[in-house]
Amino acid sequence: MTTLQIVWYILVAVLLIGYSILDGFDLGVGFWQLFAKKEEDRRRFMASIGPFWDGNEVWLLTGGGALFAAFPPVYASVFSGFYLALMLLLFALIFRAVSLEFRNHLQTPRWRKTWDVAFAVGSSLPALLFGVALGNIMRGIPLNENGDYTGTFFGLLNPFALVIGLTGFAMLITHGALWLAMRIKGEAGKKALSWAKAGWVAYLVLFIVSGVFTFAAQGQLLENYNAFPVLWVIPVLALAAIVLARVFMQKEAVLKAFLASAAGIAMQFAIVAAGIFPKFVPALNDPTLSLTAGNSSSSEYTLGAMLIITLIGLPLVLVYTVWVYRTFTGEEVAGYGDH
Amino acid sequence: MDAVILARIQFAITVGFHFLFPPLTIGMSWILVWMATKYKNTESDFWRETLRFWVRLFTLSFAIGVATGITMEFQFGTNWADYSRYVGDIFGAPLAAEGLLSFFLESTFLGVLLFGWNRVSPKTIWFSTLMVAIGSSLSAFWIIVANSWMQTPAGYEIVEGRAVLVDFWAALFNPSTLPRYIHTINAALTTGAFFVLGISAWFLLKKKQVAFAKESLKMSLIIGTVAVCGQALDGHASAVQVVHTQPEKLAAMEGMFETQQGAGLLVFGWPDQDAEKTHFRMEVPYALSLLTNGDTTSEYKGLKAFPKEEWPPVLATFASFHTMVGLWSIFFAFVLVGVVLYKRKTIYENRLYLKTALVMIPLPFLANEFGWMVAEIGRQPWIVYKMLKTKEAISLTVSAEEILFSIILFTLIYALLFALWIFLLRKEIVEGPRLDEETGKAVAR
Repeated sequence: MTTLQIVWYILVAVLLIGYSILDGFDLGVGFWQLFAKKEEDRRRFMASIGPFWDGNEVWLLTGGGALFAAFPPVYASVFSGFYLALMLLLFALIFRAVSLEFRNHLQTPRWRKTWDVAFAVGSSLPALLFGVALGNIMRGIPLNENGDYTGTFFGLLNPFALVIGLTGFAMLITHGALWLAMRIKGEAGKKALSWAKAGWVAYLVLFIVSGVFTFAAQGQLLENYNAFPVLWVIPVLALAAIVLARVFMQKEAVLKAFLASAAGIAMQFAIVAAGIFPKFVPALNDPTLSLTAGNSSSSEYTLGAMLIITLIGLPLVLVYTVWVYRTFTGEEVAGYGDH
Repeated sequence: MDAVILARIQFAITVGFHFLFPPLTIGMSWILVWMATKYKNTESDFWRETLRFWVRLFTLSFAIGVATGITMEFQFGTNWADYSRYVGDIFGAPLAAEGLLSFFLESTFLGVLLFGWNRVSPKTIWFSTLMVAIGSSLSAFWIIVANSWMQTPAGYEIVEGRAVLVDFWAALFNPSTLPRYIHTINAALTTGAFFVLGISAWFLLKKKQVAFAKESLKMSLIIGTVAVCGQALDGHASAVQVVHTQPEKLAAMEGMFETQQGAGLLVFGWPDQDAEKTHFRMEVPYALSLLTNGDTTSEYKGLKAFPKEEWPPVLATFASFHTMVGLWSIFFAFVLVGVVLYKRKTIYENRLYLKTALVMIPLPFLANEFGWMVAEIGRQPWIVYKMLKTKEAISLTVSAEEILFSIILFTLIYALLFALWIFLLRKEIVEGPRLDEETGKAVAR
């Protein structure tokens, strides 16, 4: 394995973490807006993610692009192997993207209700599916010598993957509720904080269940940890972030709780990466068929060229993303959708 | 049906639908920049509401472009896994670069353009509009780089059965990148300009929001005229590139079966792939040679000079190409008449011209689709020219039934999106800009 291969393994993970933290909160908001008591509150919830969600979703596109560029066989195997699941994800993301735009063009309650439901489904399904996909990667999938997935769609719905899927879902809705608690003033904001607390309970329970499940049935994920015990610090930090988020919720320090939640998300990915590295896609049937950072990357030349592009592009992205988040602080007073 | 055909149908449906929207929004974005400049300089209600009206139509289209664009990025992996494995070393990079260098830019600043009106200065609105335009035009660049590399691959070596990048700049600026990029951007400007022009004409016909409609019509006519005239040059450059790099495609575009010295251009014809000849030929002699090589003697290889199994589908390539060029002739006549009427100061009252402008709105969309068909059908049977055949590129793990299932769903969803797009566009247009026609001041909705 070369340095560039390791760098790109980390960069792909960083892009996925960026996606989960950023789009994660607006996926969560998409779920919670359905529970808003008043239309006025729902409008405010939507307004809180309005300027950001599109930029957030680009993290997924860039992550997918980076995976394609840096590890083409991984991109090919995962995307074709999870075919039906990905189609489902695509349809959800399509409806999600248009429903936020469409809902504001007409005022009738029925029209809005339709798009609110579409937005909720389009947000919740991805929040669940990403975790299911990750769970399957952690568990390993059957591959043939061409790197093609040889299992079935229903094979992806195994208990371990479903538990990871639910954990991810609980994590993202907690994160989304915290975003709302941070951005929305008054009663509706208080309500969101109580949602965050409820979501947090599910998140913590499922995190522990995932851990127990891993010890009981997915021992291969512990090999790296046993070889390098220092890695245990990662799950400990993850748990600390989760607990800290709850402590801040209690103190109504919502910004800190949100940041702790973001750190928790990053740590979850770190747990997985530390468990499967250097593998990207472990082969369930025959370990030698696993796709790894070493055997599935693009050439050194391509990885180098891409790194230069990233070093130019990523800092710029961060600069104007931070600028936009700072421009749109606090709650928008004027009507959302009045664009 | 076999998986290859189904995968190709699915790709055609999803790209074909997606490709309706980016040219429109890229073209419109530059008209928006012009309007935002006026707004920045005057800070008037008139320009603010004019800009906002067109931004509303822009974002409706942009949202569908984004939603259907995600499909494209996923589809290389889902349906074309062996393609992705074979060329990923080169092909993935422009897609990642698109995300990092342009898609972030346009999406982030579109957020400001949509939600910033009460928060940021007119100058920041202008800057955000400019970033959206630059972002979306850059986005097109990376996509054209990726597609051009499939047309005229360069800067690579085949190592252990995979294409591997050896020269970044040669791959980036492969022989067809620049001519095709300029051609595409010009097509986008035409699409955006004709869209704005036609809708402005509707307001003039209805005698509603006349001041707004006149200014919008003027701007779009100017941009449309420059783009359509420029198309004569860059369309030509694109054709020259095909002559020099993809002779089979050229032969199919012109329905040319026999190799000839000094080739003409067909105004009409009906190529028959089985009989290996083109019926009903109406030809301008030597025109192709004169236009692409500046002489009457250079040799053009006919399709028969190539193995028949490497011919692109001749009729489809020929018909798409000639329809596209035919549409361009109509655009050219249309802007020419427009400029004359504008000079005579009668354009705003000429009802026949305004009605024609309304009818013109969908035609550039059609021309875009035909242009794309020439490029893609003309490259068959190759997915990467002379390197990898389309039938060797699919995902072996995905069954025909799975593809069929997703085709049906895509078709239903896209039909729904299209209907909603038209419905909401119409609603926003009928509602019009939020301007008081007497005073030119903004009014609340």
